[in-house]
Amino acid sequence: MRYAMAIDTKKCVGCSDCVVACQTENNVPIGYCRDWIVETTTGTYPELSMELRSERCNHCSDAPCVRCCPTEASHVEEGGIVLVDHNDCIGCKACIASCPYDARFIHPEGYADKCTFCIHRVKKGEDPACVAVCPTHCLIFGDTDDPNSTISRILKKRKWKQLIPEAGTDPNIYYLL
Amino acid sequence: MIEELITSGRNLPDIDPRLQVWGWEIPFYLYIGGLVAGILFFSALFTLRNREKDYPTAVKWLPMAAPVLLVLGLGALFLDLSHKLYFWQLYTHLRWESPMSWGAWTLLAITPLSILWAFSWLQDIFLTWQWPYQWLNIFFQWIRKNRNSLAWALIILALILGMYTGILLSAFNARPFWNSAILGPLFLTSGLSTGVAATLLFSRSHKERKLFASIDLILIGIEIFLIIHLFMGFLAGTRVHILAARLFLGGPYTAVFWVFIMGFGLIIPGILEILELRHKPIPGYIPAFLVLLGGYLLRVIIVDAGQASRWLY
Repeated sequence: MRYAMAIDTKKCVGCSDCVVACQTENNVPIGYCRDWIVETTTGTYPELSMELRSERCNHCSDAPCVRCCPTEASHVEEGGIVLVDHNDCIGCKACIASCPYDARFIHPEGYADKCTFCIHRVKKGEDPACVAVCPTHCLIFGDTDDPNSTISRILKKRKWKQLIPEAGTDPNIYYLL
Repeated sequence: MIEELITSGRNLPDIDPRLQVWGWEIPFYLYIGGLVAGILFFSALFTLRNREKDYPTAVKWLPMAAPVLLVLGLGALFLDLSHKLYFWQLYTHLRWESPMSWGAWTLLAITPLSILWAFSWLQDIFLTWQWPYQWLNIFFQWIRKNRNSLAWALIILALILGMYTGILLSAFNARPFWNSAILGPLFLTSGLSTGVAATLLFSRSHKERKLFASIDLILIGIEIFLIIHLFMGFLAGTRVHILAARLFLGGPYTAVFWVFIMGFGLIIPGILEILELRHKPIPGYIPAFLVLLGGYLLRVIIVDAGQASRWLY
């Protein structure tokens, strides 16, 4: 099993519903966020093109945050989900320094925090909160090891990119182009 | 032209607009770690060569400061942790992939050994020194008899400590300016050099000053060589590595690095030490002080510049 997420940049309108849903579902403290929207503008006027991306932890298959963690607080759960065990985390911030996506932050209570792919919902067979609320259905969550899953089929059909694959982390968030 | 904006109002403390997770504590600790590695390395080395009478400052006196410095460094590390009460989790795990983990275990070994090492010299410095309990007297007699074994352990641990302070940074994929294995040997050399400079600062023996000034000169030469190779490696790397190197080659760190670290921290003390070795009237504490200050600035700048360099955006 390999959980992943595909994000359709053609459908995303940048409404930030995913951000708010995550903050509500996971009780993310005010001023912090586990996912966020990036707006990219490329080109020179008048030939501009814009891309909207909902970004979060990439749950990398070769996660540098897991490698550099001195206490195994950052670890890989079933399905490749990268999690932080709060009671093992000493707050050394090595994982924050090692994440090329800047997806982690220090929770006001002291431990490192980030997107969990809403593992508590996924275990119940539900979609992560961000996916569940997206009004344009631009977020697709699923198992890329299963060739018949929606995400596997859409990744076969559509062109996609990963963010900075050259950082060598083997990320599992796909942006449909 | 590409312009990227986070439009959902993300403004995570210490991450946006640039990473700033490590303030003064980490460079201070890396500096202290290197300095202690240098002090213990040369103390143990010259003990093994039976030169404690020739080089008393390096062999007997400076090790007294090592445990105190280590405790200060560990204190800084502790202050840096944001989940402080869980620090003991470091010692319920041993992770080979994480330099921070084996650094923590190295510190657990070298700190008590440095205390034993320092105390073992008390009876050599103060000839009438007696421990208040007989068992302590017996214990330290035994330590003194086995001093060479302790010296070997300290040499190995000091080299690991000095090296790991640099490898710690190179292990972080996401910060291009730290992605160089040269940081390990560079921090080790710099640490040994600050240890030598500490000897030069306090030594009153001409013979000792002469030898340590020569050693420092070699170490300064190696450091300059390693710094040049660090930048050669970056400039032959990918775009993000070239951009990281440019932080120092025209970017915001150019003046502070080339003037204060390369100039006042390496080249000028090197020249002063050459003049001192040629019996010119140079006050010996000036090059020693400059090397100590340069070593500290090197760590401050490298820790800061690493956090300013990134892959994304």
